[in-house]
This record gives sequence, structure tokens and C-alpha cells, in this order.
Amino acid sequence: MATGTEPHQNSGGVRARTRAAISAPHLRTDRWWLAPAVTAAGLFAFVVYSTWRAFSNAHYYSAPYVSPFYSPCLAENCKAMPSGPNADLFGSWWAISPAIIILIFPLGFRLTCYYYRKAYYRSFWASPPACAVAEPHAKYTGETRFPLILQNVHRYFFYFALLVAGVLTYDTVLSFRDTHENWGHMGLGTLVFLVNIVLIWAYTLSCHSCRHIVGGKLKHFSKHPVRYKAWQFVGRLNARHMQLAWASLVSVALADFYVYLLASGVFDDPRFF
Amino acid sequence: MSGYTAHFRVWRGDAEGGGLEDFKVEVNEGEVVLDIIHRIQATQASDLAVRWNCKAGKCGSCSAEINGRPRLMCMTRMSVFEQDETITVTPLRAFPVVRDLVTDVGFNYQKAREVPAFVPPADLGPGEYRMFQEDVDRSQEFRKCIECFLCQDTCHVVRDHEENKTAFAGPRFLMRVAELDMHPLDAAETSGLDRKRTAQDEHGLGYCNITKCCTEVCPEGIHITDNALIPLKERAVDRKYDPLVWLGSKIRRRPAGG
Ligand code: SF4
Ligand code: SF4
Ligand code: FES
Ligand code: FES
Repeated sequence: MATGTEPHQNSGGVRARTRAAISAPHLRTDRWWLAPAVTAAGLFAFVVYSTWRAFSNAHYYSAPYVSPFYSPCLAENCKAMPSGPNADLFGSWWAISPAIIILIFPLGFRLTCYYYRKAYYRSFWASPPACAVAEPHAKYTGETRFPLILQNVHRYFFYFALLVAGVLTYDTVLSFRDTHENWGHMGLGTLVFLVNIVLIWAYTLSCHSCRHIVGGKLKHFSKHPVRYKAWQFVGRLNARHMQLAWASLVSVALADFYVYLLASGVFDDPRFF
Repeated sequence: MSGYTAHFRVWRGDAEGGGLEDFKVEVNEGEVVLDIIHRIQATQASDLAVRWNCKAGKCGSCSAEINGRPRLMCMTRMSVFEQDETITVTPLRAFPVVRDLVTDVGFNYQKAREVPAFVPPADLGPGEYRMFQEDVDRSQEFRKCIECFLCQDTCHVVRDHEENKTAFAGPRFLMRVAELDMHPLDAAETSGLDRKRTAQDEHGLGYCNITKCCTEVCPEGIHITDNALIPLKERAVDRKYDPLVWLGSKIRRRPAGG
């Protein structure tokens, strides 16, 4: 019989005893490793950048712009931002960067997001690295146990994400002022903030939990025409969820970086009017 | 384009063992991989075992792995390959092999039987069912399934972990649970069957980590993960992890889910 490979005795998966005797973990000839490699590099870059910015506790405000990483700013050690998103909920005992308080929410939202789960399960955990490419783990229980069973709380992070998006919308409105808090002005930063907030909202509303809550949970769309329309709208956004996840990740980092450049005096915000 | 000679490697063997066997075989314009397998069978290996029926992507019989990717042989055009490319064809690697390209897909029939059937509403007789199109749209997407089991074969939960086959129904049959739970006339709940809960408790929904390989390989282009598995996970959350929904259903004294 052919090249006479014996079936494998003691291993599971594609090398299990009953399966066709092929020792290669996969036979794919395309560049299947490219997508997980690019994903891992992108996520890693963002983690490095945001960790640096979140802990730096500096250069996050340059009137009228506040970095999205520091908004809302909830400790006493926050910079004074005229009618900005300050609320001293935590008082003076909070000594480290105030960004840490608030970043928990967007971080939790994205960590439990169905798209990001796919992205990091594949690219960081190789579970699986790509379709029909054997994963390196001997055991697998998926999201049935602690800690991964906690992924089920995603919808609560969605509710918080709505609040955060609300605050960032407020920041964008504030960016229509000049450096002396007069209204009716615009600079390049205003544009950066506008693009960012549109992407943040599009990402947040395209969430799978949102799709479920607005209408997906229903059995009879015919009895709820308004929710049916809302479900269809979210569904159209949801089809782009991956793209929106990346676009908003980049835009929020860029908005922060823009504020950093202004606040650290690298250049001045070009004003339009 | 006139014909050329392609290099094929086809897995041959049975449960006792086997390996990849080389073939040089003629390819003509417009042919698909299944044509080439048939030519090998007709001219070089008359005992080559292969399962097929419609040659039109509709019966779901000719599932195999071509260059490591689970696909229908009858729907894989030879023109997607370079002429000098070696083309490797193996049986599905998640199921027990019977002989050559034929596997025992009985696992899937077992899992199909484990999903409780549609529960007819008590107050409606045959011929009295009326449904709105928008209420059945979701289920109808899932009914496009041709039962090729490529998704079941690709899903790493069982492909890479034989021991999970008992607990996990696989994407195709979790999709069946979703289809029935979204069905406007399914009366399971009134008969005491909670499909949202059993999706997790009986059919292993928690094993799925939504990495979307089922969706990637489905020849019918069904959005298995986005439209069936994730909505089903959200429905399970309603039942098991959402105190607000639980409280709401207690207060309003009717099952959540409208
Ligand atoms: S999305 Fe879930 S069911 Fe589909 S292949 Fe991945 S783990 Fe399996
Ligand atoms: S869902 Fe798609 S891949 Fe799975 S059995 Fe049906 S047609 Fe095949
Ligand atoms: S944000 Fe991605 S699924 Fe909710
Ligand atoms: S032979 Fe019927 S699907 Fe390929």
C-alpha cells in the first residue's frame, strides 16, 4: 500500500489512530501564517504604544484637545481642562496615571470582543493558527471554563463602551473651541477627533452584543418593526466589524499621538478658522 | 488553453495505514479536481475509492482536502492552480478513514440525532402554519447547508482533539440549534425544552472560540459564526449570565425573547 506509513498510535487530533495516516500537521501550501503574523504584530504594536502612553501621565492635554486615553479623567491629579471631561471621583489618593482608571473599560470591551477574541486566539494562542493547521496544544476546552468563560460578560463592557463613546463625543464637541475656549473654531486636531469619534461609534454599534440586544434576540421580527430595522442597520455595520475594530484602534492611537505631539511642543495645531 | 500534465499526490490507504501516491495526469481546459481524480481512477488506479454524486456542488459528497484546505472536489477548478504546482488530495482529516479518499462521517449523523427536532405548535394543524418572510430569513440562510461537513472537518475543536467529539456538536449542528431557536413557530420552550440553555449544556457551544474556520470553508457561503454561533452564544448569555434579563423575565412573567 503506497508508501506504507503506519497509523500513529498515541497522539490525538489529525494524527489520531483512526484518521488517515499523514504525519504532517497540515498540508497547506499558501501563506497561511501571514494573517496571524500581521495580526500579532499589529496588536503587539498597539499594546506597546498604549502602555507607554497610559503610564506616562504626561502630555495628554493641549487646549482644546484631550487625549482619548485620558478621558474621562477621574482623579485629582488630572490636568485642569476647562469644561473638559474631569470629574474628581477618585480624589487625591490616586497617585499613578489617571488613564489607568478609565482604560479598563475600553480594554475590557476589546479583549472580550468577538472579533479580537478570534484575532488573539489565532495569532497569540495558535488555537488554531489558521484553518486546518493543527494547533500545538494537547488539550482544549475553549470557553467552557474559568477564565475564558468570563468572555460571556462582553455585553456589560458594551454598555460601558456606550458611556465612553459618549464622553469622547463630548470631547470632540469641545474641540470646536480655540485655545481660549471660544466656540466656533476648528483645527486639524478637530478633524482628527471627528474621524476618530465616527469610527469609535461605528465600531461600538457594530458589536455582536449590540446586534443581539437591539433585535437579534427576538423570535418574531414581524411583531417589532422598529427593532427589526435597527437590527438590520446594526447587521450591516456588523458585517464590517473586523475592519472597524482595526480602523478605530488606529484612529484612537492617532488621536492620542496627535495630542502628544501638540502637548510636547513638537508642532502647533494648524487652525482652520 | 490546451491540455497539460499535472502532478498529483493522492492519499491512498485505509485504517491500517497508507500514504501519498504520485500520479502524472492529463488536465484539460475547464476541468475541476474531481475530473482529475476520475481520470486517475479510469486510467491508472481503478480501485481508487472516492465518494461523489452530483458534480454540481449540491450533494455534499465529494468533500476532501486539497493542498491542505478542506474543499469540494467538484467545485475546485484546476485553473486556480499553477500548471507546475503539485496538487495534494487527502481525505478529510477529522474523521476516521475508510479507504483512500472516503471517510466515515458517522460522527455527524450521531450529532444530528442529538439535536431535538422542531416542536410543532399545539394550536396549529398541518397546513395552518403562517409565517412572515422576515421571521424565517435567518433560518433560511442556514437551510442552504448541503451537509458536506467541511465545517465539521475544519473545526479545530474536534479536528485537533478527538476527545471533544463526545461533548461538542460542531458548527453544523450548533447552527441547527440556532435555526430552531430562531424559528417563529418552534414551540420547544412551551414543551419545556430550552434550546438557549441546552446549546451550551448539551451541545458544547462553549467549546467554540469563534475563530471562524467553519465560515471560511463553507461552500454555501453561510455566515455560520456571525449569524448562528455568536447569536446563539448571546442567547445562552441571556439565560445563564444576564441578571437583568433574568429579573425582567421574572417581573413581566413571560419568557424573554419576544
Ligand atoms: S468558529 Fe467555532 S465552530 Fe466554527 S470552526 Fe471555529 S471553533 Fe469551530
Ligand atoms: S454549514 Fe456549510 S460547510 Fe457546514 S456542512 Fe453545511 S454547507 Fe457544509
Ligand atoms: S465589540 Fe466586537 S463583538 Fe462586541
Ligand atoms: S459531487 Fe456533489 S458536491 Fe461535489
